[in-house]
Amino acid sequence: MRLYFVFQEIWIGLRRNLTMTISLVITVAIAMALFGTGMLLKKQVDSSKTYWYDRVNVSIYLCAKTSSNQACGKKEATQKQREDLIATLKELPEVAEVDYETKGEAFERFKELFANTPGMIAAVKEGDIPDSLRVRLVDPSNYASVISASKNTPGVDQIVNERELLEKLFRILGGLQWAALFIALIQVFAAVLLVGNTVRLSAFSRRRETNIMRLVGASNMYIQLPFILEGAIAGLLGGVIAALLLVGSKLLLIDRLQESLQFATQLTWTQVAGVIIFSMAVGVLLCAGASFLTLRRYLKI
Amino acid sequence: MINFDNVTKVYPNQNRPALQHCNVAVEKGEFVFLVGPSGSGKSTFLRMVLKEERPSQGRVYVAGKDLGKLTNWKVPHLRRRIGCVFQDFRLLPNKNVAENVAFALEVIGKPRRFINKVVPEVIDLVGLDGKQHRMPDELSGGEQQRVAIARAFVNRPMILLADEPTGNIDPATSIGIMKVLDRINRTGTTVVMATHDAAIVDAFRKRVVELEDGRVVRDQSRGVYGQAY
Repeated sequence: MRLYFVFQEIWIGLRRNLTMTISLVITVAIAMALFGTGMLLKKQVDSSKTYWYDRVNVSIYLCAKTSSNQACGKKEATQKQREDLIATLKELPEVAEVDYETKGEAFERFKELFANTPGMIAAVKEGDIPDSLRVRLVDPSNYASVISASKNTPGVDQIVNERELLEKLFRILGGLQWAALFIALIQVFAAVLLVGNTVRLSAFSRRRETNIMRLVGASNMYIQLPFILEGAIAGLLGGVIAALLLVGSKLLLIDRLQESLQFATQLTWTQVAGVIIFSMAVGVLLCAGASFLTLRRYLKI
Repeated sequence: MINFDNVTKVYPNQNRPALQHCNVAVEKGEFVFLVGPSGSGKSTFLRMVLKEERPSQGRVYVAGKDLGKLTNWKVPHLRRRIGCVFQDFRLLPNKNVAENVAFALEVIGKPRRFINKVVPEVIDLVGLDGKQHRMPDELSGGEQQRVAIARAFVNRPMILLADEPTGNIDPATSIGIMKVLDRINRTGTTVVMATHDAAIVDAFRKRVVELEDGRVVRDQSRGVYGQAY
């Protein structure tokens, strides 16, 4: 096998179909970048999910003078009401712990949480967040009994199940991830068709050479290899660009999301590298495979 | 060297067979003219030797091997031992004479040193010494055909197939081409040449196999083209 010869043929082929090659590289790059972003998001969402689901509480907000709930009647929950509720909750087997958080503590926690956004802190003053009971569960998915036990109890304003809030958030992120994967799939389809076209053009423009190769007894591999490598190199170039885009999406999209959403777990560069290698391999194999399949139709052996 | 055993070829969607019950044996080192009008099956005959077509019936043997039993991936190895020359030369227009000849060796993976040694030799043999670096469009038709012959012969095949090699060349130049083919035949290579050219067949007095409607109607050693033409 004379490598120099093969690479010369590939270079000629890629240059002859330059516009086709460029469009192929771009399509593969976008497809793989979206595919990778989808995978990164999935990794991020999965790890955040396990992290958060272990820590979610059911918050029971007690009546305050400002609460709009009719049942409260513009009256603050009494100490007795509160202590009764705590006692009932503590008896439930699903409950691990009940914490009483005063207005002051809640405000302190709020200030900590939004330390980066002074506007938020300025808009809220102590007392806006009412007293609450924070109920930690043994099994976070087993929250129904806590809700039924505290519902319609005097002195209770609102019951907020944090898990439901998180689920809403993760549903949005999950949707984002599926959208990315779906668009990636369409792009992959387009890329496969483009590879087919590129190889067909290339086979046509080199029909003289391949005809002679066939006649003088070049092996099938020798005849096909330049075409397949042509596809694979275009795929690799697309993969490299996709890798750059993925690094960009980690820095600009996922890290930003992390800052604003308090993901708590950080996607490591090792994970990003894994995704990049995987999507590059998919790109290269996809293009090489598509070239090979097209060759069977357009290159008589 | 080449043996057609009762070969019939019918192309798909065609009623008339291209070859019918063809029995031809060509010995090693022979020079055979394959004559007959257009559509008589000459090209089909040559394509079958290369296993570009397979017989509908009967068997084709090349160098003692039944081509019907040759697996697809071994076909290139068969073709390495058979050289081909065509009416339309089939040179690569963007390569010069030496590169065109070298191409045949490059694509079968011969080492560079070997190629550098044998390409000038074979260019000398076909009478093109000094024109190694010419491009095909700077050469006459006869010279282009010599390049094609050099390319077909550079790997020292045991068989050389020529499909109307003088079809695009004037009679005077054709004699030169025939001399090259004769020289190649004298090195022990079997040559099978399909042709329309009565003058050449008559002048060379080699074996003549005449086809008509796919049948062998004459097989004559030291024959002529035929009275009818």
